[in-house]
Amino acid sequence: MSVTLDIRLKRANKVYREGPIQLISSNIEVAKAGKIPGGKTEIPFEFPLHTKGNKVLYETYHGVFVNIQYTLRCDMKRSLLAKDLSRSCEFIVHCQPQKSKVIPTPVNFTITPDTLQSREKNSLPKFLIRGHLDATNCVISLPLTGEVVVENSDVPIKSIELQLVRVETCGCAEGYARDATEIQNIQIAEGDVCHSLAIPIYMIFPRLFTCPTLETTNFKVEFEVNVVVVLHDDHLITENFPLKLCRL
Amino acid sequence: MFVSALSTIAGPKSCLISFATRRSHGRNYDTELQRCRLEATLVDFGDYHPLKPIMVTDTKTRRGTRKGSTSSSSSSSSSAPPDPLSSMLDGTDPLSMFAAASDLGRKKREKEEEAVGPDFEPWSLKRGEILARFTTTEKLSINLFIGSDRGKATSQGSAVSEKVRTRLEELDDLEEGSQRELLNLSQQDYANRIEELNQSLKEAWSSDQKVKALKIVIQCSKLLSDNSVIQFYPSKFVLITDILDTFGRLVYDRIWTMCSDPRPLPDNFTVEDVNDTAKETCLNWFYKIASIRELLPRLYVEAAILKCNRFLNKSGIQETLPRLTAMVRGIGDPLVAAYARAYLCRVGMEVAPHLKDSLNRNFFDLLGTFRQISSENVRAQLVLQRVEMPEYLTLYSPAISWILQCIAYRAPESLLTEMMERCKKLGNNALLLNSVMRAFRPEFVAARATDFIGMIKDCDEAGFPKHLLFGSLGRSLASADPPESERLTILNEAWKVITKVRSPQDYINCAEIWVEFTFIYLCFGNKREVNTILADIIKHMTPDRAFEDAYPQLQSVIRKILTYFHDFSVLFSMERFLPFLDMFQKDSVRVEVCKSIMEVFIKHQVELTRDPVILNAMLHICKTMHDSVNALTLEDEKRSLALLIIGFIRMVSFGRDFEQQLSFCVEARATFCNLEPVLVQLIHTVNQLAMETRRVMRGNHSRKTAAFVRACAAYSFITIPSLSSIFSRLSLYLLSGQVALANQCLSQADAFLKAAVSILPEVPRSISVEGKLRSSENFLVDFINSFLATLLVIPDHPEHGVLYLVRGLLNMVQDYTWEDNSDAKVRVYISALPLLAAMSQETYLYSIPKVDSNDTLYGGDPKFLSEINKLCETLIGQILDHLKTLGRDESTRRQGAMAFSLFGVLLAHGDLRNNKLSQLAVNLWNLSHKHGYCETRNSVRTLEFIKHQTQQPDMTHLSDMVQRLTLQSRT
Repeated sequence: MSVTLDIRLKRANKVYREGPIQLISSNIEVAKAGKIPGGKTEIPFEFPLHTKGNKVLYETYHGVFVNIQYTLRCDMKRSLLAKDLSRSCEFIVHCQPQKSKVIPTPVNFTITPDTLQSREKNSLPKFLIRGHLDATNCVISLPLTGEVVVENSDVPIKSIELQLVRVETCGCAEGYARDATEIQNIQIAEGDVCHSLAIPIYMIFPRLFTCPTLETTNFKVEFEVNVVVVLHDDHLITENFPLKLCRL
Repeated sequence: MFVSALSTIAGPKSCLISFATRRSHGRNYDTELQRCRLEATLVDFGDYHPLKPIMVTDTKTRRGTRKGSTSSSSSSSSSAPPDPLSSMLDGTDPLSMFAAASDLGRKKREKEEEAVGPDFEPWSLKRGEILARFTTTEKLSINLFIGSDRGKATSQGSAVSEKVRTRLEELDDLEEGSQRELLNLSQQDYANRIEELNQSLKEAWSSDQKVKALKIVIQCSKLLSDNSVIQFYPSKFVLITDILDTFGRLVYDRIWTMCSDPRPLPDNFTVEDVNDTAKETCLNWFYKIASIRELLPRLYVEAAILKCNRFLNKSGIQETLPRLTAMVRGIGDPLVAAYARAYLCRVGMEVAPHLKDSLNRNFFDLLGTFRQISSENVRAQLVLQRVEMPEYLTLYSPAISWILQCIAYRAPESLLTEMMERCKKLGNNALLLNSVMRAFRPEFVAARATDFIGMIKDCDEAGFPKHLLFGSLGRSLASADPPESERLTILNEAWKVITKVRSPQDYINCAEIWVEFTFIYLCFGNKREVNTILADIIKHMTPDRAFEDAYPQLQSVIRKILTYFHDFSVLFSMERFLPFLDMFQKDSVRVEVCKSIMEVFIKHQVELTRDPVILNAMLHICKTMHDSVNALTLEDEKRSLALLIIGFIRMVSFGRDFEQQLSFCVEARATFCNLEPVLVQLIHTVNQLAMETRRVMRGNHSRKTAAFVRACAAYSFITIPSLSSIFSRLSLYLLSGQVALANQCLSQADAFLKAAVSILPEVPRSISVEGKLRSSENFLVDFINSFLATLLVIPDHPEHGVLYLVRGLLNMVQDYTWEDNSDAKVRVYISALPLLAAMSQETYLYSIPKVDSNDTLYGGDPKFLSEINKLCETLIGQILDHLKTLGRDESTRRQGAMAFSLFGVLLAHGDLRNNKLSQLAVNLWNLSHKHGYCETRNSVRTLEFIKHQTQQPDMTHLSDMVQRLTLQSRT
């Protein structure tokens, strides 16, 4: 009787990782060999971030497929009888401002059953929702703003939400893998809001889960926002807006 | 008052010594009195005064003249003696230092709060009001950590990754699997649960579980989007915003302390004073809150920590408030939105009261969304919850009133006018109008009262009843004056509407408010108008006994009447006043009302009265109070009722019409028979009446007045036995006896005193004094002593034997069951001796005008004197027997004391020329000193007194005796 061992990948068609790509590596000595006096000793240090070769330093980013992470490790070599000590911690890298000025690109939108690309658009009740985003090219440290107005709706509104979605695309030999993830969903209206009254759109980009829009040869990190209107009969109306995030 | 008289004391036949009786030598009370008086000596006041400051100014110069007297000498040179107290404290006493400090503190606080002064009615006052007003008997539920979120997330089919979803769920769940829905909570349970959450918030915070604390706050604010028991919503808002306030304070304080190293932040700190760690922490809070999924918690929690913006940048608050205000637009439910706005205004007023714009913005947005109130959604909800539109609308009033109050605070007149115009534009919406009237300054409203009435009339009545509007207007008018010329019109317009209100409850709520204004301006003293109003109230409240549900309001009407009417003859002459009182049919309320009337009467009725209108009404009111007394009435209640009735009785006077007064007392006795203190007062009143009669007649009664005072005596005589307190009876018998005697009613006086003697055996050994059981002995001995004093002037009854009252009393004393082992009886005997001595005098120490006492009756008849002597013998015999018993019982201390007091009596009242008596006195002296219990000081003083006496011409015989009295030490 023979024993076989099999490994099955859950999503075999996707390349998970090719191992981390090293972007940077530098070493400095913060203290010369010698005796450190008892008690707490603080040793100030600093070093410049020089990239390895022609690589670019990307912003810290924790995603599903893409992780950009920077760590510091401090090693303390000790004499023969004592163990060496080591400690590491993550540090966060923000890019230099990419642009000095962003010219806002406002978008107006109107949503009616007719504007939807849904198959069931004929079965939908009548509604007219207008609005605008103040800009789709956003500064990551500033909120996404705009307004939405329910001009009329046959069915009461249940909720209006802003869904921030991140799209990661990884290229590989067999093509590319694309994955969209909701990273934040906030409600901006609850219940049957007053018609013809401008409701503010306002969303702060969550730190760590967002980074400036990134396009490299190997992968892409992009962001989109969905304005989601939920009707009382649980109909879901979604309007999608691609965003371009940058740091100022 | 006890008699101090002297006479011979006859010696007893028995015991220590026997001596023959002798007639005493007479006493001259006048010269004795002269002798006893202090010599008038001139006192050299000098400039010394014990209260003047003691100051030693110059000891050196003094030393030459007055050695050693410096310390107590006064300052002759103190031109302006400094107060030792103030000089000690060097000008600044600690109290004024505190005051100064708190003054500083106040200034600081004022600066901090900028525009909000003490004239702004704070939220804390509204809180209780709302909690008390918006209650429910419906069952409530708390759905904490609402699970429907998860279901929703999947049904939406949004692309939530596993990881993110877990993160969201973590936020939703306080602890693993702790999602719970608490159903069927009573209102109290609900409040308790919320308080528990408040506690666990504080606990989580103090145990450094900041995230848990945030979760609690989020979950709590979520509860505010649930209005399933809509009547309770305002109260729920109060309870939950308490938690939010707590949270806001905790976060602010935490960040503040992060910056307090090395020294605390100044109150007016700027962003530059805040260190980076603190800023980062603060920013983190804002990021966390910005990612809260649901709208309402995100809004409330950010509002709760609004103040923290001060740590981040200068304009933070200024930018955040308008943003949050705009955010409220996303709330579909108009009630939820209104309260969210109220909260924003509240936080805004607290943190940045100068930012008026967002306040106004909130109000204008509110107006803008007003049509939501009548939307389909709301209607459906009301039908579901079975809530009527008017009730629903009143749920808004705390929120809208608060918003308006914030806006109206120190707002320029123009803004208020603008607000009014906007309300008009909205078709004079009643709800708004109501809030405007309640929130704006009464002066503002009063000045435009006519305008407001017009607007009220024009308003569409959909849902919001007009009487509420008039109620609000009336409230303003009661505290601010409308233009003089408009008052009558205003009143007429208002009452026109009020009298048409159908529901008695609504009617009385409104009328109660308007009576105040009516009284202030138009009817002050004008009983016709008040009468009309009372009649109107009676008319509305009588059908179906509607008054039963309106006692508090009706009571308030009475209170207001009493505030403005102190002339009781006018008050009671109003036809409708008593019928109005008749509406208070619940006993407790009725008595309460009567009491309040009586209190005002006693306070404000200055003159004695005989006005039949007042008397009738007051008797009616007092009778009501009296009749409420039953077996279950508490002693305190009885006492306070009795006091009020007594207060009334004392105000009644028929002047010279004494007979009328007496018959009033007769009536009152019949009416108030259950309240003993009142009966006691009546007896006093009648006694006073008799004495007043005597004064008017200058002691010479005519046949008619003699008959009248006898009637008074008869009144007392038949009233006293109905009292249950034995000591009340005794003292009233004695007092009435004295009054009868003063009015020459000898047989009545006799009867009173006899009655007193006859009830002596009934005195219990212990009585209750202020709820504690005490021995009655001292009370009894005191009474007997004063009784004895009266007996001196009572002439013997011709049909009874000599001294029959004295004998009767002493017999009773003998037969009374005194406490075991008590000297009381003998003490009484010792006190009786001076009386007997006084009785043997030729002329008594005092007498009653026009009454012949025994001195006149017997004229010093030897038989009378020998009766007295016999009695004395018996008494002394008894006393000496007792002394012997005490010696046997080893109660030597008591024996000594008794012996000494008998010695004192013999010395003061006995004729010590009698050898045997003086021997007895010496023996008693020795006996009292035998065991050394005698206080030496007393003995010395007594000896000094005797020596002093010996210098009197007829007292030389004492010098022999004093030789034989020696001071003995204990050994």
